[in-house]
Amino acid sequence: MNGTDMRNEKELKKVYSRTSTFRKDMVAGFCPGCMHGTVFKLIGEVLEELGVVDRTACVFGVGCCGLAMEYITYDNTTSPHGRACAVATGIKRTNENMLVYTYQGDGDLAAIGLAETMSAANRGENFTVIFVNNGIYGMTGGQMAPTTLVGMKASTAPGGRDPKEHGYPMHMCEILNQLTAPYYLERCSCNTPQNVIKTRNAIRKAFQNQLDGKGFSMVEIVTTCPTNWGMSELDALEFLEDKMFAEFPLGVVRDRSAEKPDDQAEKSDDREVE
Amino acid sequence: MERNMMIAGSGGQGVMMMGKLLAEAVCSSTDLNVTFFPSYGAEQRGGTANCYVVISDEAIGAPLGDEMDEMVVMNDLSLDKFLQKLVSGGTLFINSTIVKAPEDRDDITVIEVPATQMALELGSPKVLNIIMLGVYIGYTGALDEQLMLQGILQKLAGKPKLIPLNEKAFARGLEIGKACRQSSETR
Amino acid sequence: MSEKRVFMKGCEAIAEAAVRSGCRFFAGYPITPQNEIPEYFARRLPEVGGHFVQGESELASVNMVYGAASTGTRAMTSSSSCGISLKSEGVSFCASARIPMVYCNISRGGPGIGSIQPSQQDYAQATRASGNGGFRMMVFAPGDVQEAVDMTYAAFDYAQRDRNPVLILGDGVLGTIMEPVVLPPMRSEEEVRRLKDELRDWALVGHDPKKEERAFILPGGWSTKRQEQTCINNAALYDSWVKDVQVETIGLEDAEVVVTGYGISGRIARSAVNKLRAEGARVGYIRPKTVSPFPYETFEKLDYSRVKAILDVEMSIPALMKLDVELAVKDRTRIETCLHAGGEIMSSREVEAAIRALLQGGRTE
Repeated sequence: MNGTDMRNEKELKKVYSRTSTFRKDMVAGFCPGCMHGTVFKLIGEVLEELGVVDRTACVFGVGCCGLAMEYITYDNTTSPHGRACAVATGIKRTNENMLVYTYQGDGDLAAIGLAETMSAANRGENFTVIFVNNGIYGMTGGQMAPTTLVGMKASTAPGGRDPKEHGYPMHMCEILNQLTAPYYLERCSCNTPQNVIKTRNAIRKAFQNQLDGKGFSMVEIVTTCPTNWGMSELDALEFLEDKMFAEFPLGVVRDRSAEKPDDQAEKSDDREVE
Repeated sequence: MERNMMIAGSGGQGVMMMGKLLAEAVCSSTDLNVTFFPSYGAEQRGGTANCYVVISDEAIGAPLGDEMDEMVVMNDLSLDKFLQKLVSGGTLFINSTIVKAPEDRDDITVIEVPATQMALELGSPKVLNIIMLGVYIGYTGALDEQLMLQGILQKLAGKPKLIPLNEKAFARGLEIGKACRQSSETR
Repeated sequence: MSEKRVFMKGCEAIAEAAVRSGCRFFAGYPITPQNEIPEYFARRLPEVGGHFVQGESELASVNMVYGAASTGTRAMTSSSSCGISLKSEGVSFCASARIPMVYCNISRGGPGIGSIQPSQQDYAQATRASGNGGFRMMVFAPGDVQEAVDMTYAAFDYAQRDRNPVLILGDGVLGTIMEPVVLPPMRSEEEVRRLKDELRDWALVGHDPKKEERAFILPGGWSTKRQEQTCINNAALYDSWVKDVQVETIGLEDAEVVVTGYGISGRIARSAVNKLRAEGARVGYIRPKTVSPFPYETFEKLDYSRVKAILDVEMSIPALMKLDVELAVKDRTRIETCLHAGGEIMSSREVEAAIRALLQGGRTE
């Protein structure tokens, strides 16, 4: 090796590496085409960026998300089905300097855990909810969820979701937006590189809100479940973009931090008029 | 020796406060064991209210029961309901302004006190329970009257304006209680 | 005159004892007859830098406690009977994950919504099946407010020692009654912090993965081998409690009839026993103060050539503690009962009559 080569090697900058929040000796057991792995990677990267890995606690809901519990390197526990927001309330209230987030699917958050989710949001609990919505129960084998689309088949709705019998999909960001306390609600996805970046930014914003003591933030991530949708990975992506996004439009539903500068601007405008 | 007593009336008559004052004063000024057990109707307002106080120099078993040595009754409904709990030889204190003495129990002593009327004469229907407490202490001597008065005054520490009225009510009750005791002894 | 005596309601005394023991988190949901517990905590915890949350349900409340206790914070919840059934979800998770927490059942009539009056119909649930999965807990059954205070204070230490839930099994009388009580000393803030720090290795307080093991609070998972090992470890813990049995006895040395009961029934029965013994009757008395672990050995040591009957006194129909008494007595003498249920309260007169019948060789029913 000559000197020039040495110098070139030194100039190589490491721009990307696997997050240290995943164990090196283990692989997550998610199905091909599932987006859970991507979301956990984004969470891990943001925690590293914020420098809070050593004071983070993750509360897993019940379902496929729990496949990551062996896999992440930082503190975590599993709550009873639906109770993640209650467990997180107990952790955060007694340990205010920690970063606490729940990771929940749609059945967990919007069916069995609806009361815990709504009440924690209504109290403005200062933790973060990562809500992964794929419109179906995954781990238990494709049963109908509160977010299952009209007409979409599920093992407990073999003829497809019929509004007359099952009602309509629930829009959790919009439902929580009826409450006064929540600080930040955004719906994202991980179907394209751009959307992955948007999701990453949303998670970062939600965590930063918590560190700043702003209260309740939820990032909903609309994802696929090729296995239980009974589709190939690519067909599932197409279904996500055509059908799921139509029902669950992406974007910011509420951002109190964005409201404030406007209010202030208005006030200062008033002053100028005076 | 164990003393089982019950106070019964309707919500708002100060039934619970009377029992609590007595039991608290026993706790703070003697070495005796004492229990206070309240029993409310399901209604938040205006229902029946009754409580049990047990005073004993030994460990107290049941804090409530069906064999009362003494009973203070403030309204008719409670008399109908609870009189059977008063043991033979027991003492019944009634608010005779509104409660009629029972006719079918010649095995008990009845102390009739026009307590509501007396309270109104003193200026407030609210001291009904303090008058009855005075009568009870004056008649039974369950607790030294000075210690009982201290207990009442302690409760009123935050409301000094109410002290003269309550002192007067307690004194009036004591007087009647003692007089009844004397006449029952001379009889 | 004992100067430190204060006159307190059972529910409030339990809450104060918890705070003094270092409890800094409470979550609960209203249900009669235990509302004075959450109400007291709501006033008291902010004074000591603790946290009170009124949960949206019993389920939420017990899981808030699961969260708080997962961080090593001394935490508590309470409810009554049908509300305790809802708590079973979180309690089972705590037992599986081995989380120290304390909860209190101020029990009322049952089954179902039952009645709001005092009862003892949750014995089997408390001692055998406070949730799924066959776990056990230490269950204290105080007979008066002083015991409730002392047991609650100690319960947090037992919970922390074992990393396991501990239940205070009270009833509506104990919760509502006011009695003189001597309160235990208030633990200092430093001590409360030290107790929490003792648990930091496994507690969810944040760990740097580059330097130390993460905290991994695991109420179950993917490995059946690991879950089986959890059950084996837990069973060994439960067996170790035989040393922790607490029991009150009277007159077993000459007893021909032995009266047994716990909590409020035990207390009421004691009056009858003392009265009869004063008359010279050969009556004995066993009051389990821990109903889990149950004082089997006390029954084992009875002289069955002399004891002609055992009288089980409970405010539960069918009798539930009787099942444990049967396990202990193993048919060596007959077991009779004196029972109430549904919110009807035992009287010492009834117990006395039942004892007299047994002393004369008769039956209670």
